[in-house]
Amino acid sequence: MRFASHYSYWITMFLLIAGLYIVIAHGNLIKKLVGLSIFQTSVYLLYIAPGKLIGGTAPIVTEQFQVYSNPLPHVLILTAIVVGVATLALGLALVVRIREAYGSIEEDEILEQEV
Amino acid sequence: MIAPHLPVLQVVLPLLAAPLMVVVRRGGFAWLLATAASVAALGIALALFARVADGAVLSYAMGSWPPPWGIEYRVDRVNAFLLVLVSSIATVVVIYSRTSVAAEVPREQLYLFYTMYALCLAGLLGITVTGDAFNLFVFLEISSLSTYVLIALGRDRRALVASYQYLIMGTIGATFFVIGVGLLYLMTGTLNLADMAQRLPQVAESRPVLAALAFITVGVCLKLALFPLHLWLPNAYAYAPSAVTALLAATATKVSVYVLLRFYFFVFGGTTVFIALPMAEILLLLSLAAMFIASTVAIFQDNLKRMFAYSSVAQIGYITLGVSFDSVTGLTGGVVHLFNHALTKGALFLLLGGVALRVGVVRFDNIGGIGRMMPVTAFGIVLGGLSLIGVPATVGFVSKWYLVLAALESGAWWLAFLIVLSSLLTVAYVWRFVEAAYFREPDPAVARLKEAPLAMLVPAWLLVGASVYFGLDTVLTVGGASQAAQDLLRGGR
Repeated sequence: MRFASHYSYWITMFLLIAGLYIVIAHGNLIKKLVGLSIFQTSVYLLYIAPGKLIGGTAPIVTEQFQVYSNPLPHVLILTAIVVGVATLALGLALVVRIREAYGSIEEDEILEQEV
Repeated sequence: MIAPHLPVLQVVLPLLAAPLMVVVRRGGFAWLLATAASVAALGIALALFARVADGAVLSYAMGSWPPPWGIEYRVDRVNAFLLVLVSSIATVVVIYSRTSVAAEVPREQLYLFYTMYALCLAGLLGITVTGDAFNLFVFLEISSLSTYVLIALGRDRRALVASYQYLIMGTIGATFFVIGVGLLYLMTGTLNLADMAQRLPQVAESRPVLAALAFITVGVCLKLALFPLHLWLPNAYAYAPSAVTALLAATATKVSVYVLLRFYFFVFGGTTVFIALPMAEILLLLSLAAMFIASTVAIFQDNLKRMFAYSSVAQIGYITLGVSFDSVTGLTGGVVHLFNHALTKGALFLLLGGVALRVGVVRFDNIGGIGRMMPVTAFGIVLGGLSLIGVPATVGFVSKWYLVLAALESGAWWLAFLIVLSSLLTVAYVWRFVEAAYFREPDPAVARLKEAPLAMLVPAWLLVGASVYFGLDTVLTVGGASQAAQDLLRGGR
């Protein structure tokens, strides 16, 4: 049962490792950025999942509800998403410039041109 | 009336300057505004430094939300020292960049350069001043993202690849850091660093906390370029515009060292870091590797900017070596070397920028005999090199002195020997410059060179002068560093 109750952590870990693997293993600059995004997304899950309580509602104080979910992780991750989008946008912009300068977005072909 | 708001104004002024520059879209105006923001930041940092000199801690509740619920800005003797360092280097570099950047960045992009400069400054100051772990991550990303852009503005197309590589590694580092912060948040329920430090001892030995320590260590070490995680650094430094290299070398890695210190000694406390996990041994080993391997690699570089970039990796090794001693003397040595290396490397890269303005890419084969044509610049580089070696009467000597003392204090005389031995490697690459600059006949291309413009020499020599002055008068630097070290060690136990 422990496995089932912690399944969100397993998903987090899978995404984290998969993302990092793509960044390391792929030579294509766009694919690297895809991996980087997956890697960052896993962190969103790491923060948000523990903030949710089963049966919990939004933290609006009324008499009907006793259990509230913590809203803070959501707010934090909104910020982290913005950071992630900015990183991805900047990364893609750099890839466009690299392609203009080198005519390729494959890491090995770019490094070949510099030797 | 304005005094209670100084901690937040420290960050807000450069942060507000940035969008203003984008709106006006004028390079000259942007430079004026960036200079004004840097000078104002320096003034505020000095005021804060004076106010915490007696050991007081200034706490600023953002938006009047009392900590630990709201974001807290917290200034003590440790980060006030860093604020002064970052803002003074930024001020010197921005004055320098008017001439230097105009030659390296297209005219229509100048205002964007200064926008990124102001954002980078805001991020670095924010990392230093904030007392909130997640806020620290956001500022880390603000400074990093603007740094990537600044590097990509370099003239060489390799600057683009260097910037991309730094973006990948920097983002991995920042994400590791935020994973660590997330684990700490899960265990303590707070993001306020002071609050976290109080709650951590109850759960200190639990596995998520140790995992958090590991994630934060790796993440921050990627940012500060500790030896095997330094791969982004040489290319980023070598191909970025000269002013950017100086700013990065002098401030960005140093601020990351501060984050490491803050987490090790203030949040986790020495017991968790140095007893539950063998962090001291790991840091010691990696620092030694950095000192020897990076210095050796530096000797064989042809591009001078790359050479001094590898030298930076080695010098960061000395700083983390000081941290690994976990003693007042060791930390004093580490913190004072952080300050001293910032001055020295800042000066060196600013002077190299002057050479780059005249010859393009600075390689050993195109600066033969430059000592005769650009005597002021070459002499400054030699002085900076002497400080890297650690010759008495330069700042490098002061910090190495404390590191050797700390090594002897901990009974590891062989370590003291290794510190001195690694300085010999520094002699080798500094000598290569001396040999090229003074003992070769200027070839026709070099013989036509003029001295670097005064607008670049004066800021650079300010830093050279500082690195000699603080080598003779150590009251301010060693005094500040040892107080910071004592505060750090007291905070953790």
